[in-house]
Amino acid sequence: MSFLQIRNLDKSFGATRILKDINLEIAEGGFLVLVGPSGCGKSTLLNCIAGLEPITSGDISIGGRSVAGLHPSKRDIAMVFQSYALYPNMTVAGNIAFGMEIRGVPKAERDKAIREVADMLQIGHLLDRKPSQLSGGQRQRVAMGRALVRDPQVFLFDEPLSNLDAKLRVDMRTEIKRLHQRMKTTIVYVTHDQIEAMTLATKIAVLKDGVLQQFGSPAEIYNNPTNMFVADFMGSPAMNLLSGTIERDVEGVKVSLARAHGEPLKLAISEPNGLAAHAGREVVFGIRPEALTDPDGADRNARSIVEGDCLIEVVEPAGSDTFAVTRLGGKEVTARLRADARIQAGQPARLAFNLDKAVFFDPQTQARIA
Amino acid sequence: MAQTQAEIVPVLTRRQSRAPKEVLQDWLPKLVLAPSFAIVLLFVYGFILFTVVLSFTGSKLLPDFSTWVGFSNYVRLFNHPNWLTSLKNLAIFASLYVIVCSVLGLGLAILLDQKIRAEGLIRPIYLYPMALSFIVTGVAWKWFLDPGIGLEHIVKDLGWESFSFRWIKDGQMAIYTIVIAAVWQSSGFVMAMFLAGLRGVDNEVIKAAQIDGASTVTIYRRIIIPLMRPVFLSAFVVLAHLAIKSYDLVVAMTDGGPGTSTWTPALFMQKFTFGRNEMGMGASSAIIMMMMIFSIIVPYLYSELRGERRT
Amino acid sequence: MSAAAQDIATRNAVIARAIIYAVLILFAVYYLLPLYVMLANSLKPLDEIRQGNMLALPQEWTIAPWLSAWSTAQIGVQPTGLKPYFLNSVLMVVPAVAISTILGALNGYVLTKWRFRGDNIVFGLMLLSCFIPFQIVLIPSARILGLLGLAGTVPGLVLIHAVYGLGFTTLFFRNYYEAFPNELVRAAQIDGATFFQIFRRILLPSSGPIIVVTVIWQFTNIWNDFLFGSSFSSVDSIPITVALNNLVNSSTGVKEYNVHFAGAILAALPTLIVYIVSGRYFVRGLMAGAVKG
Repeated sequence: MSFLQIRNLDKSFGATRILKDINLEIAEGGFLVLVGPSGCGKSTLLNCIAGLEPITSGDISIGGRSVAGLHPSKRDIAMVFQSYALYPNMTVAGNIAFGMEIRGVPKAERDKAIREVADMLQIGHLLDRKPSQLSGGQRQRVAMGRALVRDPQVFLFDEPLSNLDAKLRVDMRTEIKRLHQRMKTTIVYVTHDQIEAMTLATKIAVLKDGVLQQFGSPAEIYNNPTNMFVADFMGSPAMNLLSGTIERDVEGVKVSLARAHGEPLKLAISEPNGLAAHAGREVVFGIRPEALTDPDGADRNARSIVEGDCLIEVVEPAGSDTFAVTRLGGKEVTARLRADARIQAGQPARLAFNLDKAVFFDPQTQARIA
Repeated sequence: MAQTQAEIVPVLTRRQSRAPKEVLQDWLPKLVLAPSFAIVLLFVYGFILFTVVLSFTGSKLLPDFSTWVGFSNYVRLFNHPNWLTSLKNLAIFASLYVIVCSVLGLGLAILLDQKIRAEGLIRPIYLYPMALSFIVTGVAWKWFLDPGIGLEHIVKDLGWESFSFRWIKDGQMAIYTIVIAAVWQSSGFVMAMFLAGLRGVDNEVIKAAQIDGASTVTIYRRIIIPLMRPVFLSAFVVLAHLAIKSYDLVVAMTDGGPGTSTWTPALFMQKFTFGRNEMGMGASSAIIMMMMIFSIIVPYLYSELRGERRT
Repeated sequence: MSAAAQDIATRNAVIARAIIYAVLILFAVYYLLPLYVMLANSLKPLDEIRQGNMLALPQEWTIAPWLSAWSTAQIGVQPTGLKPYFLNSVLMVVPAVAISTILGALNGYVLTKWRFRGDNIVFGLMLLSCFIPFQIVLIPSARILGLLGLAGTVPGLVLIHAVYGLGFTTLFFRNYYEAFPNELVRAAQIDGATFFQIFRRILLPSSGPIIVVTVIWQFTNIWNDFLFGSSFSSVDSIPITVALNNLVNSSTGVKEYNVHFAGAILAALPTLIVYIVSGRYFVRGLMAGAVKG
């Protein structure tokens, strides 16, 4: 089933291990996004797949064929670079055709391929220009054209949108998605932008310090982060992570969160799963802003909604929603309310906690406990 | 990103047996570099070693490795009046050359930096001597400073009969005429270095100082010139190393004369090795020259290369 | 720009600017003076120099000193003028510049785009070789030229100049290619281009400026060299600088100052023309050679 497979991949520069025992696989036609903060090793991993950097141990296979040790040009891949890497001395047409020229494809065939790709990307009128005469968005298209014309088994994208302005970035993101839906070619895509990752991917791999943190579908990554890093990294605004204590009494299991004023807020947990074992211990309670809302705006299908009063410190109307900042467990907590929710800074407000969506982490190991 | 120092070459992996053509491609970069590196190793470092060894032999007209004399060439060298004269001249020449070129270069650069309309015309005039051979420079200044036809003759011709300027014929003063010619040749270049440095100063820093009420002089003295430290260092390194190598100009202007009064270490090496058939001593003088240059250059290059890797 | 033009009292400013211009012009005169002296006096008869004023323009204009310097002046024992030596210099400079520039470009390419363990040491050693006092290699160089049968020949001088120019040409190209995006090389690799194809098709077309800088630098240095020329040449292979020095410092006969000046300008002409035609690149080379990077 898996088309691109990475097994036990290790990569070192001298004594430094850049990538540690990476295992990944993606089905044919899948869209794999490698995401993580800068320095996490995601671009190195992409370069290893491309063959631009040697791997220290492990294996990479594409379409059931091991490609480790193969020259980049023999791996049947195409790559779009962050800087686009357009050959400055060649025209757009020359850029697109360079690979074919090297492979000795006859001129007529090259011209035909150029025309097809140019039509697909609407860059036909740019073919005779040099890269320096193009705008950022146009360069991006040419870079994609150069990749498309190869008709490879796998496309590799290295932060392709990071040099574009915000508006163009969203447009190109949609365009890449549309292109993928049409071509159905496997894609590996590196980004540090978690929104890009969520919107594009069929599978996301979150990396940090050369270690794969979590690998799964966007929904899995978003709803069931395996550790605090993934929970914090994915989602905007970020998940609220606050310290609380698990308490167990006759009524059941509760999580107790310190409030800025008055008694701690105690939230009863209806399905405590493994949490009972942590009774009396400190945990990190994670809840996304959209799971913390005004009671009228709460998800009607949720099974476990608990309400509590919190002092609102700041109110940030954002048009479609209103964000409210309160303080729980000694930390700022963002709640996402309906746009017309009636709240005021400095006043307490009633907030609804959707505990279906709540997650718990061990503060020491940062791993998920429930 | 962690992979900025990336190696691009895929290493050979054990699993695939590879076509000879591909194996060649892997080795090609090193094969291309190897001849140059081998040549440099032989012609530079091998030859240095050769000369080092030679300096411990009693070679006269030809290299002769059978007579091992230990350090006696060096002992003779530092007891030889011509070598001591050479060192003294080098000290005078190098210090004046470095100081005058730096002061003149910085001064002219600051003046040229005052939004001068004719900068495009003046700058090339200051710089063109750098395109000339030291021999040409030497010929020009040799005759211009010659008492018989040059400056002295000109001033006398203008009516100042008692004027005398015969430094180039005077053993005490001749070395200074070489300084004059060398400064003429190099100061424009130092000016260009400083000008590039001045142009690289962040404009906002200067605006901030102006808002703080600093005068132009204060801005230069307190802010801009301190920022020129790297340029001073570069200028020093370049000039000092040129000074130690100075040979052509001396040959063209005075050929060491009058007497031996304008000998420099480079001239000494040449005269002893090829003129007086004292190859052992010539070699030892070359070694001393190299040690002088390396003591300036090596720390500089080391810090430059390290700084480069950090950024 | 750091020029700190301020609106202080205008009168003072005008005086200050007048002084600045006066100083700048004074120095322009200082830098131009030797060239003027050479030119003016190369067009005078000898008597006029001896009797008259070196700073004066010729009263009687003559190009005889130029003709003499070019084709009849006594140099060494031959009354050949500088012509054959000028030719020697051309024959020496052209191949030496070409060889050292091509090798430097390839070295720079390998050292930046095909990095390997220890590449910095290789580069460091090549860089250091730029600064050695050449006196230290004179004796063994003479030997090796003898062993190769190239002693006292133009090819011998070509070899020496190419070898000792390698450090600088490598430095120039390395620093230039260092700033050339690695991603372009990677893209070309994925496109299947080989080592030499990447160099020829991707890097070389963008190398115009650095090639010009390197060629000018090498040309100027080798043309102007005296040390190697005087150490390794024989009668048939003497370069122009050495011939000029022989002309000026020959102890026999009358000192023909006007011929000396004409000869000096002849010797300086090629590098001066290069400087006038492409001063921008010349300065860039000087800077790159001095302040690396």
